[in-house]
Amino acid sequence: MAEITYREALNQALAEELERDDSVFLMGEEVAEYDGAYKVSKGLLDRFGDLRVVDSPISELGFAGLGVGAAMVGLRPIIEFMTFNFSLLALDQIINSAAKMLYMTGGQINIPIVFRGPSGAALQLGAQHSQAAETWYVHVPGLKVVAPATPADAKGLMKAAIRDDDPVIFLESELLYNVRGEVPDGDHVVPLGLADVKREGGDVSIIAHGKTVHLALQAAKRLEKDGIEAEVLDLRSLRPLDVDAILATVRKTNRVVYVEEGWPYLGMGAQIAATIQEEAFDDLDAPVLRVTQADVPMPYAKNLEKLAKPNAERVIAACKQVLYRT
Amino acid sequence: MTETATKKKSLEGFSQEDLRRMLRRMLLYRRFEEKAEEAYAIGKIGGFCHLHIGQEAAAEGCISPLRGDDYVISAYREHTQALAKGVDARAVMAELYGRAPGSSHGKGGSMHIFGAEQAFMGGHGIVGGQVPLATGMGWAIKYRDEDRVVMCFMGDAAVNQGAFHESLNMAAVWKLPVIYVVENNEYGMGTAFHRVSATGVKERSAAYGIPSSSVNGQDVLEVWRHFEALVEEVRGGGGPRFVEVRTYRFRGHSMSDPVSGTYRSKDEVSQRTERDDPITLLRDRLFEADMLTPEELKSLDQEVRAEVQEAVDFADSAPFPEPSELYTHVYSQINEHGRLFFDGRDR
Repeated sequence: MAEITYREALNQALAEELERDDSVFLMGEEVAEYDGAYKVSKGLLDRFGDLRVVDSPISELGFAGLGVGAAMVGLRPIIEFMTFNFSLLALDQIINSAAKMLYMTGGQINIPIVFRGPSGAALQLGAQHSQAAETWYVHVPGLKVVAPATPADAKGLMKAAIRDDDPVIFLESELLYNVRGEVPDGDHVVPLGLADVKREGGDVSIIAHGKTVHLALQAAKRLEKDGIEAEVLDLRSLRPLDVDAILATVRKTNRVVYVEEGWPYLGMGAQIAATIQEEAFDDLDAPVLRVTQADVPMPYAKNLEKLAKPNAERVIAACKQVLYRT
Repeated sequence: MTETATKKKSLEGFSQEDLRRMLRRMLLYRRFEEKAEEAYAIGKIGGFCHLHIGQEAAAEGCISPLRGDDYVISAYREHTQALAKGVDARAVMAELYGRAPGSSHGKGGSMHIFGAEQAFMGGHGIVGGQVPLATGMGWAIKYRDEDRVVMCFMGDAAVNQGAFHESLNMAAVWKLPVIYVVENNEYGMGTAFHRVSATGVKERSAAYGIPSSSVNGQDVLEVWRHFEALVEEVRGGGGPRFVEVRTYRFRGHSMSDPVSGTYRSKDEVSQRTERDDPITLLRDRLFEADMLTPEELKSLDQEVRAEVQEAVDFADSAPFPEPSELYTHVYSQINEHGRLFFDGRDR
């Protein structure tokens, strides 16, 4: 078991899958000669050549569609969006082509493709470069969506996503690339659809995905000082969703706080709250609360940005509220 | 050269058998679409239904020079192109009827006809959406070092979409074996192309250095000759090509709008239909060259009408998809863990 960064973990997963399967290729802006805008694809051009690691023009709609077309005839493309903010230009190809192809063809043509890149806010990048993409994609039947929080999960889920026969949206984060963690040696694959309890606790469940898992862990640590044991459930995969794990933690603590980077209206937390009230209503001792981004476009000013983002204080306050301890 | 000699010369290079086969296939496309029109009128076919009547030479002349394993992809006026690529007429008609043995098991409909086995890759409903897909197939051919080609059909309106321009740029940069074919029928739905376009269709590939050409799309022989040469150039590694096929749509944009309407006059439609019918143009040349008699034509027409009727009977008597089919083909891989569907079916 080696301790590496989230970035290195992704790089290893890409390299190992490029090595393992000739039909896998990586395409996107700056992925080859520049080594990736965030250096995730560092060294891959030298190792695999310019047919397998391909610099695209700045044409998100075009190269996303090119990937889907290549997948229609059996290749397994990995399409990098420099950030998922730019994937909005490619929505037509992701939703109308990738997600619906299998259905429209009556099962004739599946689309084994991964769309990957960082999503959500980094630091002071302003409104157009700071938005969480999960809700846009998780809404669409035909797509699978994952958002790993740790290096081990990033590597394992990337390998599973590349091997999956359907389109997978793989959400990373600029602020996670330098996070270090232990990654198991060998062919480490984390199946889609399995959540992971990142911290055990019996008093309240904090459910999160991606970057906010770390916020949940910080909050849990501070709650300990007040004698509150929070459980942190990392969903890892948003579709398929590990509903069993969600219901298990609800039954254990009877209180839930959802933390996400996205906006509240019909965000992930809204779905989680709906699922919990439908399937574990009698197990709840308090309403499910959500900690989200403020319902505004992301501001630039440091102080305003800080106010807009979910933070540990708000998670702590929400936990105390569902425990009726103020 | 006398007039007769010119007419004979225009048939040069085609055997009588070739010519009759072309005529027969175009007749099949026409009769197929006429039956679809009838079926739509009595509610057997629903949704949007865009007919190719008047544009049959574009299906026949472009696709016939291709090999079976070359890819064809198109937009939503694609029924006859699917037939031309070898998708069974019964499967196409059953798809229009929304029945289980349809080419997409009734889940695609008129705009989403697919025949993966025949390398007919759809059937796409967003204007220009198929153009990046075609480019990706061209990429895959290059990636695997194959000698196939991709033929990508689109309507004239698609050349004003960003997807078109992004695709042509990439195809040119990577020298992909794709032939982009614009069927210019002069109208994007009810808007004349020239009203919303700063330059003509043929000029649109110039910025990317992709060789461009324009053919009379009502003359199937001209189309066929042009594409036969072009396919070989592209197969030989010549890189992408761009072709304007000048044609005319004899019906409305879809079954839900009138043949002429507010955007084009009845006179225009009747004049063009009279003058530019690709089937009568070929028929008359065969008559004049003594390669076909009216009796033979009648018998050809009877054959194709019988074939189309068989497709209609097949579709009409075919079962609807099972209700359980609602839930199939959303994902090809149902993961071992987690929930993929949120409409309550798993509980």
